[in-house]
Amino acid sequence: MLALEQLAIAYGRHTVVKDISFSLAEGQIGCLVGPSGCGKTTILRAIAGFEAPQSGQIRLQGQTVSSANQQLAPEQRKIGMVFQDFALFPHLTVADNISFGLQQLSKADKAAKVKQLLQLVGLPDLGERYIHQLSGGQQQRVALARALAPEPKVLLLDEPFSSLDAEFREVLARDIRKILKQLQITAVLVTHDQFEAFAMADMIGVMQHGQLQQWATPYELYHRPASRFVADFVGRGVMLPGTMLDQQRVETCLGIFRQRYLPDVQAGDQVDVLIRPDDIVHDDESAIQATVADKAFRGSHILYTLALTGGELVYCLALSHHNHAIGEQIGIRLDLDHLVLFPRTLSVVSGLN
Amino acid sequence: MLKSLLFDRWRWAVLLPALLLALPVIIIFASWLEPQTEIWRHLRQTVLADYVVNSLLLAGGTGLGALLIGTGSAWLISQYQFFGRRYLQWLLLLPLAMPAYIIAYTYTGMLDFAGPVQSQLRSWFGWSFGDYWFPEIRSLGGAILMLALVLYPYVYMLARNAFAEQSASLLEASRTLGLTPRQHFWKVALPLARPAILTGMALAMMEAFADYGTVQYFGVPTFTTGIFRTWFGMGSAQAAAQLAALLTSFVLFLLLLEKWSRRKVRYYHQGQKHSAPALRRVGPLRQLTLLALCLSPVVLGFILPAWRLLSWALTNWQRTLNANFWQLVWNSFSLAAMAALLSVLLALLFAYAKRLRRDPLVRLPVQLAALGYAVPGTVIAIGVMIPLAWFDRHVDLLAEQWFGIRTGLLLSGTLAALLLAYSVRFLAVSLHGIEAGLARIKPNMDNAARSMGYSPLQVLRKVHVPLLKGSVFTALLLVFVDVLKELPATLILRPFNFNTLAVRAHELASDERLADAALPALAIVLVGLLPVILLARSTERRMQGTE
Repeated sequence: MLALEQLAIAYGRHTVVKDISFSLAEGQIGCLVGPSGCGKTTILRAIAGFEAPQSGQIRLQGQTVSSANQQLAPEQRKIGMVFQDFALFPHLTVADNISFGLQQLSKADKAAKVKQLLQLVGLPDLGERYIHQLSGGQQQRVALARALAPEPKVLLLDEPFSSLDAEFREVLARDIRKILKQLQITAVLVTHDQFEAFAMADMIGVMQHGQLQQWATPYELYHRPASRFVADFVGRGVMLPGTMLDQQRVETCLGIFRQRYLPDVQAGDQVDVLIRPDDIVHDDESAIQATVADKAFRGSHILYTLALTGGELVYCLALSHHNHAIGEQIGIRLDLDHLVLFPRTLSVVSGLN
Repeated sequence: MLKSLLFDRWRWAVLLPALLLALPVIIIFASWLEPQTEIWRHLRQTVLADYVVNSLLLAGGTGLGALLIGTGSAWLISQYQFFGRRYLQWLLLLPLAMPAYIIAYTYTGMLDFAGPVQSQLRSWFGWSFGDYWFPEIRSLGGAILMLALVLYPYVYMLARNAFAEQSASLLEASRTLGLTPRQHFWKVALPLARPAILTGMALAMMEAFADYGTVQYFGVPTFTTGIFRTWFGMGSAQAAAQLAALLTSFVLFLLLLEKWSRRKVRYYHQGQKHSAPALRRVGPLRQLTLLALCLSPVVLGFILPAWRLLSWALTNWQRTLNANFWQLVWNSFSLAAMAALLSVLLALLFAYAKRLRRDPLVRLPVQLAALGYAVPGTVIAIGVMIPLAWFDRHVDLLAEQWFGIRTGLLLSGTLAALLLAYSVRFLAVSLHGIEAGLARIKPNMDNAARSMGYSPLQVLRKVHVPLLKGSVFTALLLVFVDVLKELPATLILRPFNFNTLAVRAHELASDERLADAALPALAIVLVGLLPVILLARSTERRMQGTE
C-alpha cells in the first residue's frame, strides 16, 4: 500500500534523513518514534508531498508519488493528515471544517458524510459549533474527522496527542486505533512517546539521527531491540556487564545465561546484558540477595530499584503486596526467556535510563 | 460613597480635559438642535447630492483601491521568495510619508496638458491640443487614484501581519484536503485575514472621507469642501456644522462596521501553534514579475512624486530657500512640537488615571475624547471655532458693558485654538502608544519595587520612566509628524498671517506655482519618513521574532 524505498531528504547540503525503507500493508498502522530532531516528521511530510526527496522514492498503491525527479502535488495524493496543531480553520464551523475537502460532493451528500463522521468520532451534536468552542480533545476528533472525510488511501498523524492532557491520550489513542481499523485505513503516526506508539501501532520504527534504527512489531522492539539506542529508548532497563564464557554462555553477577542472537562473539568478550524490570522476579527462596535502594508504588505493582552485591543497580517489578522497606534485603531471580546483549564498547557507558 | 465620588482628584483630572476634548464633536452634533431649514433647502436643491455621492464614491473607491494594492502586495510578500523581497517589504510602507494633497499636485504637474508626459506624447506623435484624449487627473477618479496610492499601506501592513500569523500547517491542511494553493488563498487565507484587511480598508476610507487638500485642489465637490463653502461662502457656521455632523456620522458608521467585523478575531488565533510558512520559490521570470508587481505601488506612490518634488526643488532652490522658508519651518516645527508635547502629556494623564482607577467614570470620558481621531480635521476645526467664537463674543460683550473696553478675539484665531484642535484629532495616536507602553509595566512590578522599600515617587523614577521612555518618544514623534502634515484644521484655525509648511505648499499649489510649492512639500515628506522608518524597523524586528 505504502512503501518508502531508500528515501533521503536534504535541506541544502544538510541531510535530514537517509536510507529510510519501510512498507505498510493495507489497514496497517505504522508509527515512527524517536527523540525530537531525529527526522520523523520530515518523513511524514515527505509522504504527504511537502518535502521532495533527494534520492529514493515513495510509492502509493504501486504508483511512485515522490522521487528525486518527480513529485506529485500534495492535493493530488489523496492522503489525509492530522496536524500537530490540528490546523482547523477557525472561520468555519465544525461541519464546514469536516466537509472542507469534499468540494465535489452535493450539499446533501456533504451533510450526510459530515453526520456520519461526527457519529464516528463521537461528537454527533457539535456540527454547528465553532472551533474555539471545543475542548482540545474535541478539536482532535474534528481534525481526525476532517482528514478522514475525503476517504484518503493513507492517513498521516503528526504528534496527534502532544497538545492534550496525559490522561486523555491513551483513551483517544485507543479510540482512534479502533476507528482506523474499522475503516481499514493505512496510517502513519509520528510521536516521541513510546506508549502512544504501543497503543496505536502494528509496526514501529525507531529513528535516530535521521536513520531508521529498527522497523518491527512493538513486541519485537521491546524484547529484541536491534541496537543499544533502541534498547535504551524503548521501555525501561539496565545494562548488566557480563563476560562470554564461550560463544553461547555469558556470565553475569546474577548467574550464567545462554544467548542465541549475537553471532560473532568469542570467549572472554566483554558484553552488556539488557535487563528489563519484568526480567527480575522477586523470590524469597532465591540465593541471590539484593538491597532495596529505592521504590516507586505503582498501584498493582511496585517498581524497586535494587542494588546488587557488586554495586550494580537493576529494576524489579514486583506485585504490590510484596512490600519491603528501603534498605531491606530481598531475594531475586533472573527469569529471562531470551537474552539481549551488546558488545561492550569503550565509548558507551550505559546506566539507568 | 457620593463624597468619594465627588472628591476623587483623578476623576476630575480626567473628566475636565476629556470633556474639553470631546466638546467640538458634541457641538457639531448639537448643531442639529437648531435646523437651518432655509439653507438646507438650498443645499438639497443644488449641491448636497454631489457632496454625498462624491464623498461616498471617493471613500468607496479609495477603499477598494487600497484593498487591491494592499492585499495583493501583502500576499506576494508573505508567500513568495523573490529578488528584492526583503527591501520591498518595508519600501511598500513609504507612501505613508506622502500626504495625499502633495502627491495630488505633483501628479498634476506631471500629467496635465503642459506636463512632461503629454508634452512628450505630443512631440512623439505630432499631436496638438484637441487631437487626442488623455485622462483628466483633476477628477474624482484622479482623486481616488491619488488617495489609494498613499493609503494602501494601511491595508498592506495589517494584511501582511495577518498572513504572516497564519500557521503554515493551515496551507498544508488545505492541500492534503485536495485544494491547490490558489484555492487555499480564496477559501482560507483571505477569510482569515478579512478582519485585518477590513480594518486597514476602514482606516483608508476614513482618511478619504476626511481628505480636504486633494479634492479641493482637484475641484471635486465633497463634504469637506462643502463645509468650507457653506461656512466661508454662505456664511453659515450652523449649516456647516450640520454638514460636518452628517460627514462624521458616515465615518462613525464605518468605525462601527470595522468593530463588528473584528468581533470574532480573537478566536482566530486560538490553539494555533505558530510555525511560519516557508516562502515559495519560483523561477527567475516569475521573480521579475513579482518584483515589478510589488515595486509599482512604491514607485507610483512615493519614488516618482518624491523625485519630481526633488527636481523641482533643485531647479529653483536659490529662489525658494530663503528666510521665508526658514520662518515656515520654524512655525511648523514649533507648533508641531507644542502639539506633540501637549498631546503626550494628556495621554500620560489619561493612561495613568485609567490604570489607577478602573471605573467607567474614568474610562468612558477618555474613550469619548479619543474618538476625535475618527473625525475629519475640517469638522474638528468647525467644532473648535464655534464655541471659541461664542466665548470671545460674550467676553467682549461683557467687558464692554462692565468696563467699557473691547477684548476682541481672545482665543479664536490664536495658537490655543489650533492646539486644542490638534489635541482632539491626535490624542488617540499618543494615547494608543502610551497605553501599550504602560501595559508592559505590570502592577506587580510596582508592588515588587514597593516591597523592596521604594516610595511611589521612586518607583515612578526607577521603574516607570525607564520603561516608558521609548513609548513616549514614539508618541511624540507620531503626533509631531501628523501635525506637520495636517492641512484643513490648520487652514481654518491658524492665526492671521501665520503660515506653516503644509498651508504654504497648499496655497502655492492652488495658485499653480507647483515648482515653488515643492520645497515645503519636500520638507513635509522628509520629516514624514521618520515614523515610517520607525514602523518598518519595529515590524521587521517582530517578523524576525516569528520567522
